[in-house]
Amino acid sequence: MSLEVKALTRLGDFTLDAEFATDGKITAIFGPSGAGKTSLINVIARLIEPERGRVAVDGAVLLDTERGIDIPAHRRRVGYVFQESRLFPHLTVKQNLLYGRWFAPHELRQASFDEVTELLDLGPLLHRGTRQLSGGEKQRVAMGRALLASPRLLLLDEPLSSLDEARKQEVMPFLERLRDHARMPIVYVSHSVAEVERLANSVVFMEAGRVTEIRQDSTTPPLLNEQ
Amino acid sequence: MPTLTPEELTAIKLSLRVAAVATLFALPFGVAIALVLARTRFYGRALLNALVLLPLVLPPVVTGYVLLLLFGKQGPIGRWLYDSFGIVFAFRWTGAALACAIMGFPLLVRAIQLAIEAVDTRLEQAASTLGASRPWVFLTVTLPLIAPGIIAGAILCFARAMGEFGATITFVSNIPGETQTLPTLIYTFTQVPGGDAGAFRLTLISLAISLGAILAAEGIAQAVGRRVRGQ
Repeated sequence: MSLEVKALTRLGDFTLDAEFATDGKITAIFGPSGAGKTSLINVIARLIEPERGRVAVDGAVLLDTERGIDIPAHRRRVGYVFQESRLFPHLTVKQNLLYGRWFAPHELRQASFDEVTELLDLGPLLHRGTRQLSGGEKQRVAMGRALLASPRLLLLDEPLSSLDEARKQEVMPFLERLRDHARMPIVYVSHSVAEVERLANSVVFMEAGRVTEIRQDSTTPPLLNEQ
Repeated sequence: MPTLTPEELTAIKLSLRVAAVATLFALPFGVAIALVLARTRFYGRALLNALVLLPLVLPPVVTGYVLLLLFGKQGPIGRWLYDSFGIVFAFRWTGAALACAIMGFPLLVRAIQLAIEAVDTRLEQAASTLGASRPWVFLTVTLPLIAPGIIAGAILCFARAMGEFGATITFVSNIPGETQTLPTLIYTFTQVPGGDAGAFRLTLISLAISLGAILAAEGIAQAVGRRVRGQ
């Protein structure tokens, strides 16, 4: 599992000029608010088009401005769990889960619906509307939805930050399960030391749009059980 | 309920048909123009917006006369349509539908445009990361979310079309069975001695249809609105 990201772009007054490469299964992007963490993963998912940059996942080049390669967002197969879940309000939980699966090419489908439903304990929620979910449940559905699209890479943008302490504790075990069962590399954006310590084995530190340090941890953190 | 004469019944049926055809015809254009106005910034956007709103402020008789000049048998567009496709608008019910579509268009576009501007584009981004191309994002996310606005706009357009008088009578006249709609027949009744009863009957019917359309529209728009908001 390898991930290579390089991005240079100006967003108003802010300049993002960041670069990192990692072989870790789960890489945390860590830094204070406004450091450019979300902008950087938006470049990976192509929600932002950088002036110059390169994104490669396991050898597949998704973006290389120098070679004129720029795969559109819907063909990148980069799963994204947003801070505010972004579930489709006009669809039920089940329809939300199946949304990305429907677009995924048959031969690339990884996780089955039942597997994901069980992994994230979504069974009891399937027929609910998104309005009838708690914040934690919404994030679990968002994780399932991203997984079922069979992405080559999964981005998690502070999935716990909009939740209160109790909900965080409720969702954390599911994040760990996701980390342990997911078959693709994961990038986890956070400004919480506790979350990063608990989840990640490589950490990219960011500040003011730049990468300040990369810590590749070869030793597995105690809570991470490699499959 | 007073009984209707065949003449009145014909006018009512024609009005419903003209308004329905006008609305259905205007709908795809309305959605497209609303999308352009809501989502793109280009040179001349203000002019496009003004052109769309023009029929709202122009005297209807002027709109009708412009249509006659353009779409009449001798008009540049009218002659081309006739020569190429055999389509005639002038003094036909299709012309009445065209006039009604244009008069209702501003209301249609406005309602849809407001709905599009209210859509959370972050949901569309989410859909694209899940593998949906832009047309699919539009069909599976944007369109369902703006459905209440489209319905509301269509109803307003339909109601406006049912009541259209000035542009219709100028463009296609007031021919019984062809272009004599509810409003133009009421006008005819007011111009002949002893027409009061007919005018009154049709006024009541006009009121009932308009009120019913608005109530139905609001009901449907609310129900769909609740559904797309996930309630």
